[in-house]
Amino acid sequence: MDVENIIYHGRIKVPYKWYVGETGSRFFIGLRDDKEIWGNRCPKCDRVYVPPVKTCWECFVPTEEWVQLKDTGTVESFTVTHYSEGVAPKDVPIIYGLIKIDGADGSFLHFIGDVEPGEVSAGMRVKAVFAEERTGSILDIKHFAPSNE
Amino acid sequence: MEKVGIVGVGQTKYERKKEDTFAELVFEACTGALADAGVGIEDIDNVVTVSNDFWDGRTISSMAVMDAAGSWDKDISTVEGDGVFGAMYGMMRALSGSFDTTLVVAHVKGSEGNMNLITNAMFDPIFQRQLGIDATSSAALQARSYMEKTGATEEDFARVSVKNHGNGVNNPFAQIQKKISVDDVMKSRKISEPLKLFDCSPITDGAAAIVISNEKGMKRFKKDPVWILGAAHISDSYTLGYRDLTSSPALEAAVKKAYGMAGITDPLKELDVVELADVYSYMELLWYEGLGLAPKGKGADLIRSGATAMDGDLPVNPSGGLLCAHPVLVAGLARIIEATLQIRGEAGDRQVKGANKALAHGINGPCGQAHGVFVLGS
Repeated sequence: MDVENIIYHGRIKVPYKWYVGETGSRFFIGLRDDKEIWGNRCPKCDRVYVPPVKTCWECFVPTEEWVQLKDTGTVESFTVTHYSEGVAPKDVPIIYGLIKIDGADGSFLHFIGDVEPGEVSAGMRVKAVFAEERTGSILDIKHFAPSNE
Repeated sequence: MEKVGIVGVGQTKYERKKEDTFAELVFEACTGALADAGVGIEDIDNVVTVSNDFWDGRTISSMAVMDAAGSWDKDISTVEGDGVFGAMYGMMRALSGSFDTTLVVAHVKGSEGNMNLITNAMFDPIFQRQLGIDATSSAALQARSYMEKTGATEEDFARVSVKNHGNGVNNPFAQIQKKISVDDVMKSRKISEPLKLFDCSPITDGAAAIVISNEKGMKRFKKDPVWILGAAHISDSYTLGYRDLTSSPALEAAVKKAYGMAGITDPLKELDVVELADVYSYMELLWYEGLGLAPKGKGADLIRSGATAMDGDLPVNPSGGLLCAHPVLVAGLARIIEATLQIRGEAGDRQVKGANKALAHGINGPCGQAHGVFVLGS
């Protein structure tokens, strides 16, 4: 069909407010007020979740016991990402890590910083660096930086 | 299981920046599938559409294509997920006996949105989304985990990409039809390390449709059906950090069910062809293991052995797979279509000689969170 095909440019912008819930709020308050990382433990399988969860996914029971974790951990996996859509408050390259925080059973997704991309490795020890201005969000942790602890 | 089969298939050419609208793509795929089945829309009892509101940029995206899917005055339902799950739902509807025939159609125009932002939105908005993580960066974390655990190398991942690009040259529906070398992959632009440009599937537009019928409905069709011998789908945990990214228990559980239905005990020997979701090159190695084609941690050995090449014992992705065309959502239906064409002996230059039993696979969610599989046979 020999007709000019018109392109319509749009953008969906919808504001949301999401209630974090009691469990997540307690986690964020720990980060914001005390620079502490809290997880919670499943009464059935003993697994410690961070960020904490309302119910254990596997056991399907409420997790009620709170556990304070260290602010140190081990890099389980990482990637150096060479693009950005402007969502992350970071310049490229952005280093993402799956970090096993000491005392937790799974890994925690966050940034790795204060290090050259080529120097990051799996098994590396890291420590949370907290943001100076904390508002009660996941970004209250600025990133995890290499550590000797 | 009760007998149910595929009696018609249709797909558009997969391209980036197609000018056709969603509805035009859906109409092309649906009319193609009906023509292939040798029936009209009046022979279809119900319709399942597959779409995603974020990809389409509108809510209730299914309604934008209901006319094009011929569903006016019919029972229509929608799956938001990979096409393999749409096919699963369509099959269940035919098996329920409420309907004898189902038309399943999936569409996407990846080029009209922004893949990174759209896949960022699948992550939890409170704990993960603000970090900017998306399909590719999360896959890169999985790729690295897999390398650390199994010793697989970036060159092994590149071998998958080289094989599938080589196959894609023979598929007239593929978006990328270009042979590449391991060196090309290794030297391609770094996207999210260890993943490079040629480790990643492209942005694609397209649509695909299939017609499913139960045994009672079969008398409406002249062609021999391709039978669904087994099918299953299973989901893993949602949160990245609490899944073992180096194995796929959901896929293992799904194939255990599907192989059980199909009576398959040694898939590497008994299957003739596999079409799987190689969204990123490394995934193919991981899915080899989940599908029981390679022992755990040994996916790289299978690609190195050449067993999954076109001239190997079990060709995997003769179509070129998702690395040569990745219409999100459509991909799983396209795998089923490719498997169907193989069993019919209608796969043209990508035909695996004498293919009689095929497996089609699709995934949903980050890093292959949910898996769906179909075992098809003549």
